[in-house]
Amino acid sequence: MKLELRGLTKRFGSLVANDHIDLTVESGEIHCLLGENGAGKSTLMNVLYGLLQPDEGSVLLDGEPLTCTSPGAAIAAGIGMVHQHFMLVPVFTVAENVMLGRERTRGLGVLDQRAARTLVRELSERYGLAVDPDARVEDIPVGVQQRVEILKALANEAKVLILDEPTAVLTPQEIDELIEVMRALKRNGTSVIFITHKLKEVRAIADRITVIRRGKVVATVAPDTSESELAELMVGRPVQLQVDKRAGTNLGGAKLAVEGLDVVDPQGFLAVDGVSFEVRGGEILGIAGVQGNGQTELVEALMGLTAAASGSVKLGGRELVGAGPREHLEAGIGYIPEDRSHDGYVGTFSVAENLILDLHSRAPFSRNGTLSPAAIRANAAQRVEEFDVRTQSVETEVSALSGGNQQKVVLARELSRPLELLIAAQPTRGLDVGSIEFVHNRIVRERDQGTAVLIVSTELEEIVALSDRIAVMYRGRIVGIVGPDTSWDQLGCMMAGIPPEEAAQQAEENPTVLGALEDAHE
Amino acid sequence: MSRPWVRELVVSFAAVILALVVGAVLIIVSDADVAATWGYFFSYPPDALQASWTAVSDAYTSLFLGALGGWKPISETLVQATPLICAGLGVSLAFRAGLFNIGAQGQLIAGALCAGWVGFSFELPVVVHLLLALAAGLFGGAVWGGLVGLLKARTGAHEVILTIMLNYVALYLLQWLLTTDVLQRPGRNDPISPVVEQTAQFPNWPGTRLHLGFLVALLAVAAVWWLLARSTTGFQLRAVGANPEAARTAGMSVGRAYTIAMLAAGALAGLAGAQQVLGTDYPLTDGIAGSVGFDSITVALLGRASPIGTVVAGLVFGALNAGGLQMQLQTQTPLTLTTVLQATIVLFIAAPALVRAVFRIRAEGTGTVLAKGWNA
Repeated sequence: MKLELRGLTKRFGSLVANDHIDLTVESGEIHCLLGENGAGKSTLMNVLYGLLQPDEGSVLLDGEPLTCTSPGAAIAAGIGMVHQHFMLVPVFTVAENVMLGRERTRGLGVLDQRAARTLVRELSERYGLAVDPDARVEDIPVGVQQRVEILKALANEAKVLILDEPTAVLTPQEIDELIEVMRALKRNGTSVIFITHKLKEVRAIADRITVIRRGKVVATVAPDTSESELAELMVGRPVQLQVDKRAGTNLGGAKLAVEGLDVVDPQGFLAVDGVSFEVRGGEILGIAGVQGNGQTELVEALMGLTAAASGSVKLGGRELVGAGPREHLEAGIGYIPEDRSHDGYVGTFSVAENLILDLHSRAPFSRNGTLSPAAIRANAAQRVEEFDVRTQSVETEVSALSGGNQQKVVLARELSRPLELLIAAQPTRGLDVGSIEFVHNRIVRERDQGTAVLIVSTELEEIVALSDRIAVMYRGRIVGIVGPDTSWDQLGCMMAGIPPEEAAQQAEENPTVLGALEDAHE
Repeated sequence: MSRPWVRELVVSFAAVILALVVGAVLIIVSDADVAATWGYFFSYPPDALQASWTAVSDAYTSLFLGALGGWKPISETLVQATPLICAGLGVSLAFRAGLFNIGAQGQLIAGALCAGWVGFSFELPVVVHLLLALAAGLFGGAVWGGLVGLLKARTGAHEVILTIMLNYVALYLLQWLLTTDVLQRPGRNDPISPVVEQTAQFPNWPGTRLHLGFLVALLAVAAVWWLLARSTTGFQLRAVGANPEAARTAGMSVGRAYTIAMLAAGALAGLAGAQQVLGTDYPLTDGIAGSVGFDSITVALLGRASPIGTVVAGLVFGALNAGGLQMQLQTQTPLTLTTVLQATIVLFIAAPALVRAVFRIRAEGTGTVLAKGWNA
């Protein structure tokens, strides 16, 4: 089915989220929508899916005008969507989830489970989506859950499938499988709209790429366009894609030593299982892994936010297990939490107040329990300048800033005192390319000053770009610690729990599309 | 121009206007004579309109004059506002730390009980006695409030349930003590305590019921403002109230903040209790708290949990209380109408979207979030 958008415009108050967007997706085409966070990709897709109403312009399906006032209408018209956050019922089986919302019954209202199972089998065969219809969704890996989402859309006879940032939660191998699925869809005449901000993927996957910047279509290009060209289109200026990072020269002794650390999560599961590693001064250790493999719990335990069940964490020889967050901060740990709005700043506080959130009780910001507004303002002015925080004033509420600027506030605060160790969890999640560049450079600069740096990221690209050594986590354990030259494919296999040597072998035997692109790049 | 506090002020003001409109309808409906004229509205409309206008304007005029028509009414407004401001400050302070303190009533009773007991049990020199009684009131309230903070910090118990239950405990404790030798006036069988010694009473402004407690209330406002805006403790309270996780991550102790907030909130409500017994009532009765503790929640809501806002809201409610009495005397409009007015104001405050819709005020930002849900 051919989908056309003509002059589609969506405004929120004075903000134009989509400004006269023209887009054509041919039948059986994989069309990538590339743009930074906040460029208007999601708004556009929500308009298409009937969640938002456009202010101007029209949508044509095979030349017929289409007005969707609800997702129901969009689904009926043959538009399917796989959201970034899956909409599945964890305790239901795959077949039950696919059936959900369109249940078929036999007499007396009994659910026709058999029909649902048959449907799932049929669809998974036709599109090469290997899924067991009787498996419970909570028991299957994230990559397979995503296939269930795709199956749901296909069961509704979707002719146009929208995938919103589908690779964020996948290993390189799983991404490869997703690419296969998308090609199968394409062969069956389904059009795929693939939304992403990752440059590598689009080149591996797309038939055509449309770049959106600030609500406008900047260009529609072929997939052989180079990465730096794409980045420039996306950001609007030339971007430095590689982190300017030489190997650490200022390498000191081991600063952080973690030994046999166990952390039990609130459900009683061992989320971190006997983790041991060291980070030396002037070194960046990256912790890679698919989301939800114990990284969050590890970091919280290292900060004293969660109690460790057993093991030892020593910073400069001093035992930190059993100490609270305050002692950890005072020991010289800077912390960039993975969810900044949740843990990193107080949204209703001003930029100035957030810049002293963990320093407010020290001189010169307070004396004898009394805050010194002048010192707080002066500090804020200096940090805002140094970290290039774009804000109207230091009195502006942080919640009013963009994601990148909010992160700069957190970064500015944490780097504004002498550190022994910097822990950065997902430091660039949700940031635009320009901010990512800035954050990465600051982290490397902190390393060069001799600070031990621990980075946790689910973006393999970020880990590879920044780390001096890479530890891969899988189900609470560290699968192995490898050097920075390790191939993407090997890291990908390790992310699925395969030990380093075996992973190297497997990676050699089964190279992935993305891995080949990435390693060629280096 | 459209700074957040300006918008909130506009919304609060609009809520008062809307409440007065609702009140006007109630005056018309509740007056049998006026209601009768509406029976033949279609044959002779002027009658109904005339009668309604007279009833409403008479009632509101006497309300206004009773509250602000001269020094005497104004002093009465200030008397009514005094405990509302103090207890309201306590509720506001707790709000800012993210706690919904429903327990001002109980804390106020605990404060009044302690202050009253010191007031009539000892014979002490002039200034010392008053200060000691006042301190006892602060202490009683602080214990009653601090207990809640401590339990929440230690066990995670929800402050709403704790404070509601402690309200009952305080009331029945007072009622029981008023039947024992501890509080009951010798020779009396009804639940009433001896009169507070002259030395422990707040001095009055000659010829009025206005007492020095009003100035103490204003001092409390200044103190709470300083605590919230200028102290490191207040910084922690506000951070914990706005985002407890971020506060914890920044090394603050959330439990400590809760405990401090509830101690201070209790002390402020206790101060209100002391003002009641040492400034206006003199003997303790089981009606010493009236509905001040509960009205103070309303005051804090109307004042948007800010110290200055609480003063303004306390004065508005004081005026409604003082004026309501006059209105009842002069126009036979029941005093309960002012209660309805107060309740309606809060309803509109609690539903700012409604007020904005009625007056077409542009919505920007989310405004002050006063309290979070059960799971927050």
